[in-house]
Amino acid sequence: MRFIALIIVSLCGGLLLYATADFPAWGDPNSPANSYLSPHYIQKSIEETGVPNLVTSVLADYRGFDTMFETAVVFCAGLACFLLLRNFKQKEENFYRHIPTGVIIQFKKGDKTLPVGKEFEHIDTEWIPYDLIIKTVCRILIPFIQLYALYVVAHGDFSPGGGFQGGVIFGSSLMLYAIAYNLRTLVQRVKEKLLGLFCAIGVLIYAGIGVVCMALGGNFLDYGKLSQILPVDPGHIRAYGMLGVEIGVGITVMAAMVIIYVNIVSIGRHDEGL
Amino acid sequence: MSEILPIIVAKYNYWLYIILMMIGLYAMISKNNLIKKLVGMNIFQTSIILFYVSIGYKTNATIPIIENAHGDSHSPHELIIHAADYINPLPHVLMLTAIVVSVATFGVALALAVKIYQRYQTLEEDEIRMRLTEE
Repeated sequence: MRFIALIIVSLCGGLLLYATADFPAWGDPNSPANSYLSPHYIQKSIEETGVPNLVTSVLADYRGFDTMFETAVVFCAGLACFLLLRNFKQKEENFYRHIPTGVIIQFKKGDKTLPVGKEFEHIDTEWIPYDLIIKTVCRILIPFIQLYALYVVAHGDFSPGGGFQGGVIFGSSLMLYAIAYNLRTLVQRVKEKLLGLFCAIGVLIYAGIGVVCMALGGNFLDYGKLSQILPVDPGHIRAYGMLGVEIGVGITVMAAMVIIYVNIVSIGRHDEGL
Repeated sequence: MSEILPIIVAKYNYWLYIILMMIGLYAMISKNNLIKKLVGMNIFQTSIILFYVSIGYKTNATIPIIENAHGDSHSPHELIIHAADYINPLPHVLMLTAIVVSVATFGVALALAVKIYQRYQTLEEDEIRMRLTEE
């Protein structure tokens, strides 16, 4: 098997390497990829959309349909992880730790519970003490990471950034919270239903903006028509439409990342894990 | 050898991506462990992302954000924009979405691997095939 794989790989690689002789040179401004559509995007984007960040204007306006379905793919991936792995069966044994004394109480049957709060916390068999340094540093860092994520989403039109990047940064801040404390703390703070709802709401915002544009007499995702209902400068109306779309993308990506993480690390039980 | 070397140096970016891609392809074909196959798939995807980004590069060009276009102080029609001054935004857009989608699909692949492990207690391909023929 290894030998056959090596032959296939070297044949394939050899052919591709042979083909590089016909490829355009590195950084050539007149290469085919840079010469037909891309000059139009670069020269006309400001005039047509009013957005200086070309990546955002191409992403959310010229290629709006593509981005909408990419968002739907991310949503479907989150949904697939949930449906594959989620396990609602409660565990037989429950462990509670008395926080002031550190005494651990075990219940053999799952129906008995203790009120979780300042006195008791619900723990797992693989419980390890929290690390004070990691906890403190994460508690200071996480708000700033989330603020930065919101900045990246909100300034996607004018500086590097956008919904995908901001959503991933926000999602990773929640993952950092789960790693620094434990998964149970994150699931208590950010409910599973909320994440599922956010994941769907993001796609709904994106498609909803498209439908609103249609209802106002334009094409699907024709942001220019939004000027009839939004009291803003008509020159910047497409930037506002893109901002709304990017917010939708950010919400979906954030929720999908957290859903995937939470389901994989705990094998769908949402208790133990990283 | 002296004839091949200038060709490699002129197109070294493509050579690097193709080598990276072949490492990924080899891992996907020859490795026995499903997680190693997934890592190979990710290396393959990364090489394609690098390839696309390098296609959009132009010498002496800057990032695709139009300078002096922020704010309302002037009309956009006065602005003169040369396409050669900004790198091609299109490959960046395609790869921006591809990175996020690849992470999401990688998550689904890991979820499937978890399910396979729960069912067969192994992630080695030959052992899974053995269990399948036993049933």
